[in-house]
Amino acid sequence: MGMTMTQKILADHAGLPMVTAGQLINAKVDFVLGNDITGPVAIQEFKRSGFTEVFDPQKIALVMDHFAPNKDIKAAEQCQMCRGFAGEMQLQHFYDVGEMGIEHALLPEKGLVASGELIIGADSHTCTYGALGAFSTGVGSTDMAAAMATGQIWFKVPPAIQFVLTGKPQPYVSGKDVILHIIGMLGVDGALYQSMEFTGSGLGHLTMDDRLAMANMAIEAGAKNGIFEVDDVTREYMKGRVQREYKVYKADADAEYSRVIPIDLSAIEPTVAFPHLPDNVRTPKDFGDIPIDQVVIGSCTNGRLSDIKTAADILKGRKVAKNVRTIVIPATQAIYKEAMKLGYLETLIDAGCAISTPTCGPCLGGHMGILAPGERCVATTNRNFVGRMGHTQSEVYLASPAIAAASAVTGKLTAPSQLKEVSK
Amino acid sequence: MIVRGKVFKYGDNVDTDVIIPARYLNTSDPKVLASHCMEDIDPSFASGVKEGDIMVARNNFGCGSSREHAPIAIKASGIACVIAASFARIFYRNAINIGLAILECPAAAENIEAGDQIAIDFDSGVIQNLTKNQEYQAQPFPPFIKSIIEQNGLLNAIQDGGYKNE
Ligand code: SF4
Repeated sequence: MGMTMTQKILADHAGLPMVTAGQLINAKVDFVLGNDITGPVAIQEFKRSGFTEVFDPQKIALVMDHFAPNKDIKAAEQCQMCRGFAGEMQLQHFYDVGEMGIEHALLPEKGLVASGELIIGADSHTCTYGALGAFSTGVGSTDMAAAMATGQIWFKVPPAIQFVLTGKPQPYVSGKDVILHIIGMLGVDGALYQSMEFTGSGLGHLTMDDRLAMANMAIEAGAKNGIFEVDDVTREYMKGRVQREYKVYKADADAEYSRVIPIDLSAIEPTVAFPHLPDNVRTPKDFGDIPIDQVVIGSCTNGRLSDIKTAADILKGRKVAKNVRTIVIPATQAIYKEAMKLGYLETLIDAGCAISTPTCGPCLGGHMGILAPGERCVATTNRNFVGRMGHTQSEVYLASPAIAAASAVTGKLTAPSQLKEVSK
Repeated sequence: MIVRGKVFKYGDNVDTDVIIPARYLNTSDPKVLASHCMEDIDPSFASGVKEGDIMVARNNFGCGSSREHAPIAIKASGIACVIAASFARIFYRNAINIGLAILECPAAAENIEAGDQIAIDFDSGVIQNLTKNQEYQAQPFPPFIKSIIEQNGLLNAIQDGGYKNE
């Protein structure tokens, strides 16, 4: 019996010729990630257990992105602890304000993760790097501490669902719409403990930014990881970023899948997840009349250059509606700078948007755009749980950058196709 | 080992944002975290829970973020065991790694109600509902995971010379 892409990567990292779903293994990790929230717990555990050295100072990143720039004194203390540990252990990849970006945008951008590698991160959206054909998954702080100390981690080998993509997405349908559509179909626990493997001729129509947004939200269907077959788009993205040899794995022809789901990309409509779960999806004909108070364009799902460009294209020559706070957060410094150079930020500012330095900020209800009771936000983020962005009586609508920008213009949940040209 | 306690019951998809809202993640102090545990869906939980009580929920318990603050908050609040029909995978790992007992048991999740008195035998996986006079059989842990729990968590297991992996 053959292996899936994920199973092949796990087998290689466990030094085994073959693994099967359900098997418990110990695997070597290529890279370990933590942030200013999960890092401190891992550091405390690491020290309390008496470890004094990390397995490899080149292979650990600590990224100060969640509550940074520090939102309060306690947050400042958490960053301080991470900074101290990074210095003490001489970690090569400590990213602080000024060079940091949101971790899951930053690591691929800097070439720290690559196809065929095994990456764990104490952050649930670590599954993002599956876009590059890597096995990456979120773990807890104790796992992070153990991996920092030993360079290894235990796993239960997952079964997989295969998605065979065909066709070409319609205009204004992005990776975000595709993954929301899939989560709506599967449910928030539809891929629990499993891998989601993406393959098929439709892949060629998905940009790297589309794929990163899709792999990012695999966890929102309960999956252990999401992974894309490597093609020229992947290789092109890694060129100039990844300075080491990487391996490309392909699923065996006789690999066993728990389900095989065909997805016709051309049939997918713009899709929004209504409160309070990512699987509560609707398409424009069912939007109804949803007046909004805030728009957030950013996060590890949709804070990349093409996302900012999409928003700028729609907002060019238009204004955001009165009383709709529109906050745009480029995910990394490089994206920020490029968006500035290309004039996107100026367009957005002219339209009435506020631009922030990279941070997770409002995505997890940290700072930079918290909601009051009864307020509604259209966000390009990935979670809309009760209280996620502020008060428990506030609401988050998960959408693509195109829908978020169109909604900013009208002041209510709106698809770009519903925008009237006269408002130009 | 047998634990006995009163049940706090919740539904499907209890996510880590309601177990411990992100606004409290500027600390990792277990006591502070416990004082805000579940407050967005059950404001009376933190003040009402007693050492040894049991939490029961339906599907996909602990979905959402990887924050270990979630099982830490539950453990520090005194809860002796979480029973659910299924757990989100990162929460499942985290609970094992920090030594919070969890059991997967759809029958128990279905039939147990808030306020029921429950006794759990961890060795046999048998859950007794003393209020309703019912019994449910939970899935026992595989030996590998049991060895981590018996050594009081992952890091202790590593420091003690590793853990057994079939
Ligand atoms: S942007 Fe949001 S989802 Fe992404 S890492 Fe930050 S808090 Fe988590």
